[in-house]
Amino acid sequence: MTMLNSYRSGPDEKGHFGKFGGRFVAETLMPLILDLEKHYAAAKSDPAFRAEMDYLLKDYVGRPSPLYYAEPFTKHLGGAKIYFKREELNHTGAHKINNCIGQILLAKRMGKTRIIAETGAGQHGVATATVAARFGLPCVIYMGEVDIERQQPNVFRMKLLGAEVRAVKSGSRTLKDAMNEALRDWVTNVHDTFYIIGTVAGPHPYPMLVRDFQSVIGEETRVQMMEKEGRIPDSLVACIGGGSNAMGLFHPFLDDKDVQIYAVEAAGEGLETTRHAASLAKGVPGVLHGNRTYLLQDADGQITEAHTISAGLDYPGIGPEHAWLHDVGRANYVSATDKEALDAFQLCSRLEGIIPALESSHALAHVIKLAPKLPKDHLMAVCLSGRGDKDIYTVAKALGVKL
Amino acid sequence: MSRIDKRFAALRAEGRAGFVTFITAGDPDHETCARLLAGLPAAGADVIELGMPFSDPMADGPSIEAAGLRALAKGASMQMTLKLVRDFRQKDNDTPIVLMGYFNPISAYGVDRFLVDAKAAGVDGLIVVDLPPEEDDELCLPAVKAGIHFIRLATPTTDEQRLPAVLANTSGFLYYVSIAGITGAAAADPDAVGKAVARIKKHTKIPVAVGFGIRDGKRAAEIARVADAAVVGTALVERVAEAQIKGIDPADHVLALVRDLSKAIRGVAKAAA
Repeated sequence: MTMLNSYRSGPDEKGHFGKFGGRFVAETLMPLILDLEKHYAAAKSDPAFRAEMDYLLKDYVGRPSPLYYAEPFTKHLGGAKIYFKREELNHTGAHKINNCIGQILLAKRMGKTRIIAETGAGQHGVATATVAARFGLPCVIYMGEVDIERQQPNVFRMKLLGAEVRAVKSGSRTLKDAMNEALRDWVTNVHDTFYIIGTVAGPHPYPMLVRDFQSVIGEETRVQMMEKEGRIPDSLVACIGGGSNAMGLFHPFLDDKDVQIYAVEAAGEGLETTRHAASLAKGVPGVLHGNRTYLLQDADGQITEAHTISAGLDYPGIGPEHAWLHDVGRANYVSATDKEALDAFQLCSRLEGIIPALESSHALAHVIKLAPKLPKDHLMAVCLSGRGDKDIYTVAKALGVKL
Repeated sequence: MSRIDKRFAALRAEGRAGFVTFITAGDPDHETCARLLAGLPAAGADVIELGMPFSDPMADGPSIEAAGLRALAKGASMQMTLKLVRDFRQKDNDTPIVLMGYFNPISAYGVDRFLVDAKAAGVDGLIVVDLPPEEDDELCLPAVKAGIHFIRLATPTTDEQRLPAVLANTSGFLYYVSIAGITGAAAADPDAVGKAVARIKKHTKIPVAVGFGIRDGKRAAEIARVADAAVVGTALVERVAEAQIKGIDPADHVLALVRDLSKAIRGVAKAAA
């Protein structure tokens, strides 16, 4: 591992985390991105912005989310003491809303009057549609046709919230194509439109600001674990697609050198197959969607399709700060297959009375592997990033059950 | 003097605007594209933009995206794109060729190797949509050093304050994207384009080509009146798709439109500089 004074100082002024990140966007968007950076810097040092954010996170989102001692899960696995950071209890059922509150307040500051977003599982789409409704702004959500098919409940939710859901029919018709289409909309409507990116990816300053807005997860976890156990966790586990819930949990602990960090990629049908979404395990660095990061791609630089049962992890890239943390060795990037995630999904539902999202089930799948090998006084904090109600149709299908 | 500089000097001497044609490399297949490419200069193309196919063209509309996917399905690659240029240069050493696309396929090929091979093949310039001036270290500066023009896009959002950054390290010509939008989108009104070109010309002596929304001779002529060159892409690649549906030769079908557009552009006389 490279020893640095701090792992929390990035990005640099050009938006780089080591060699990753950057601002690889069309000229049309550049002035806006520079403007966003300026407005974000001003907002950060404005107590009124912080106050409004805190108020909304508390009374609208329901923060802080509990840090729950998962006693049945812990006893079942017989090793580490497992805590769930209950992001699934947030308003809209996932961590995504933390970031959306922050970004819509920025949109308001910048005088933007129209909101767009991309979504995979639909959680970010729902969260964006929610804040757009709350602030009275029209909202268009881009979603791949394949994802619309497998996430029907969230599609209907977005429509109820007043958003227009546009089906994306190009490419693999999943998250990456939804992001292409959202970028096309943005280029066309740059004068009045704010793009609420849902993960710690995209051009600078997005990876930084999404991380900052999601860091509330790790900050609360630190305080709550101190209250409950008198010390900080020994390990952190989170699932990772683009990586926003993982970055939110990890970032406040990056400089606590004894905290072990595990991010769980989606291995789909297995890393030995071509049907997975493990950008770090199987990808190589490249440039897509505004940043340099690890990407699933062929030798000619064409992006290849990701595959996983979890729509929220179905992306051939990963946030640039994760790419950097992987390269410097500060975090461990592991993976779980569809089958392992499905097993974890069912185990958590039965043992804890909590139906986790398929995304979060990937984190739990790694906990199932890891916890039994660890001593009982090892404190493990797992991000339960979302609830699984949206996934019941997918899971039923995978288990051969007709609803 | 580079091929691009020579060509624009000749156009000034002739007293007319240039015609820049965009086609996608390997669309609909390598052999047909090679024939189309070879036919472009005689049909009236003054400068050729050759699109490097990419799986995720974020700044392109459905027509150019479809062209790239058609090409990739038929085995297009960076190596095949460079081969198209190399073969074209066997017979034409004058018509400038500009490769246009996105950074990832270049990055995957390797920047240094790409510049050596592109130069050797006879590539004159590069337009890389997702490399703004902020990322000049990636490819722009190495390209200029290798003797390849790096041609930048300016857009309606490029204001006076930003224009100098866009113009720095830009050579050959500047590509003014006449609307904030993706390729194939609606046209901007010619008066607004004329004003924008005049504004840009206060900051630079390099030629300004204007693209986006030019689909027919009338529109091409309007742009030719106010700009140093008119760029047509979407309308040409749509002809490839149309020819496939009709079962006619895509190269012939595209070249017929190129001849029409060229005639319209050549019909606009300008004061020779």
